[in-house]
Amino acid sequence: MEMRSYVLEFEKPLRDLSKQLDTLRQQALETGANLSGEITTIEQQIHSTQHKIYTALTPWQRVQIARHPKRPYALDYVGLLCENFQELHGDRQYNDDRALIGGTAFFDGRAVMIIAHQKGRDTKEKIARNFGMPQPEGYRKALRLMKMAEKFGLPLLSFIDTPGAYPGIESEARHVSEAIAVNLREMAMLRTPSIAVIVGEGGSGGALGIGVTDRVLIFENSYYSVISPEGCAAILWKDGTAAPKAAEALKLNAATLEPLGVVDEVIAEPLGGAHYDPEQAATSLKSTLRKHLSDLCGLDLPHLLETRYQRYRKLGVYDEVGRVH
Amino acid sequence: MHFDKPTYTVRKSRKKDIPKGLYTKDPISGAILFAKEIEENQMVVPASGHHFPIGARERLARLLDEGSFIETDAQVRSADPLGFTDTTPYTTRLKKYERESGLPEAVICGVGRIHGIDVAIAVMDFRFCGGTLGSATGEKITRTIETALNRKIPCIIFSTSGGARMQEGILSLMQMAKTSAALGRLAEARLPYISVLTHPTTGGVSASYAMLGDVILAEPGALIGFAGPRVIKDTTKQILPPGFQTSEFLLKHGLLDQIVSRTEMRDRLRDILQAIYLKAKPVPSAKN
Repeated sequence: MEMRSYVLEFEKPLRDLSKQLDTLRQQALETGANLSGEITTIEQQIHSTQHKIYTALTPWQRVQIARHPKRPYALDYVGLLCENFQELHGDRQYNDDRALIGGTAFFDGRAVMIIAHQKGRDTKEKIARNFGMPQPEGYRKALRLMKMAEKFGLPLLSFIDTPGAYPGIESEARHVSEAIAVNLREMAMLRTPSIAVIVGEGGSGGALGIGVTDRVLIFENSYYSVISPEGCAAILWKDGTAAPKAAEALKLNAATLEPLGVVDEVIAEPLGGAHYDPEQAATSLKSTLRKHLSDLCGLDLPHLLETRYQRYRKLGVYDEVGRVH
Repeated sequence: MHFDKPTYTVRKSRKKDIPKGLYTKDPISGAILFAKEIEENQMVVPASGHHFPIGARERLARLLDEGSFIETDAQVRSADPLGFTDTTPYTTRLKKYERESGLPEAVICGVGRIHGIDVAIAVMDFRFCGGTLGSATGEKITRTIETALNRKIPCIIFSTSGGARMQEGILSLMQMAKTSAALGRLAEARLPYISVLTHPTTGGVSASYAMLGDVILAEPGALIGFAGPRVIKDTTKQILPPGFQTSEFLLKHGLLDQIVSRTEMRDRLRDILQAIYLKAKPVPSAKN
């Protein structure tokens, strides 16, 4: 397993061990000394440290992995899972939002409609894609493509990965809240099967705006939250550095979301995160998607719509005359 | 984007907007007013038209035909699904909100009549946890929509909210989907939904049922938006134009159907429902 160049704080012991290993190997090469014993020891240490760190990740550490700059983004998965992706641009009203993209593709031999948050890899692309924060146009483009999916009977695949909808003046002036709200209602009523996959960040309303689907899948290290841990910390703890505490309290990780009924299945990632082996992550996603998609495509439309309605109808925990629902 | 010279002012969402004591000051004119006089006028200053926040029960009492309101689902209360504790446990906060607001939840719902027209109605109250949307709030809103659907009557929701309730985490976010899905069914049944936005309506509530009205009305001078002004400033370093995110700004930018004074709301709702629901104007009796 290769260490990636971007090192998170809690991965530093691994980086240090990797450096030691490199030094030893270099020494062995230069001096011809037999250091294989030392090298093996370090390799074993790396292995056990990896295991120690990555099997006991805190909620906040997982959030950092979900935001890792090397993490596979929607288009990486589309490239690995689909054929003949035809991007369809623009909301036909105002603009083409590059933070929320979409188009037709073939998955598993089946024509599908894809909508997806997309982050940028380098600085230039990050800016062009607004760091994955869509404006109202993105949600309106997504709606246009959902309606097209319905019209032509294509299942909808939604890839979620956003810190949130863009909180800016232009976004507000063109009513981002209305754009998201309409998508929630229309996705709930959409007359075609739909699956969302949270591949990275599930940032609040900006995520939900393309996430009201028959099934919601989530990668092991992804998160889905009502507010960012930093935002929650600033408001409730009055301390932005309390984000790790907020991340824990919000129960925003894949494993804690599943028992609440918010997600239907958690997809395992390679040790350390999907960025260590995007192909392996994509393979796991492919088999899970295939299973859910064939389930849904076997349902008749009224049953599909009723099941979807009930899926969201029953979400929430409240108290009613002492009975907890 | 360009903005015309504004004629309105930005308001902050503060509970202390609610006047206490014998006298109160009009934030628009600076005049000193009798609190009682303001209360009798539904918390609207007669001279300047300033709208102070009003409680859900006080609003319902003046909005609906006298004695027509039947409250439903009052027994639906917030639980603590995540066992959430920040600096204070959520359960302690809930008790404090109940005590301070005298309300069981951030929304009061039921059925009533407006000039004889039956409606299912939900009214939010900012005093209970900043009018935030939690599981119980979302459940009550959804049941109100379902009541409208089952009884084939219009649905009216008065919103005021700081957004989704953080202490219930993702379940609060899911209330946005739940309520919007129910409104989808109401729309399919061709039953009217009128959304009334009051100061302030932001966050998850604005990005769900508040923006889905067939008709969207707002009270004057309300702060309405997805991200609050502070979040926008902190995130984007943009300088907000004066009057940004007010009712007046949003009417101009095409979001609202009308701005309606609280004192005229009852008549205006009748006027709209006569057209889109009754589809006929009742023949006035000889008396009026």
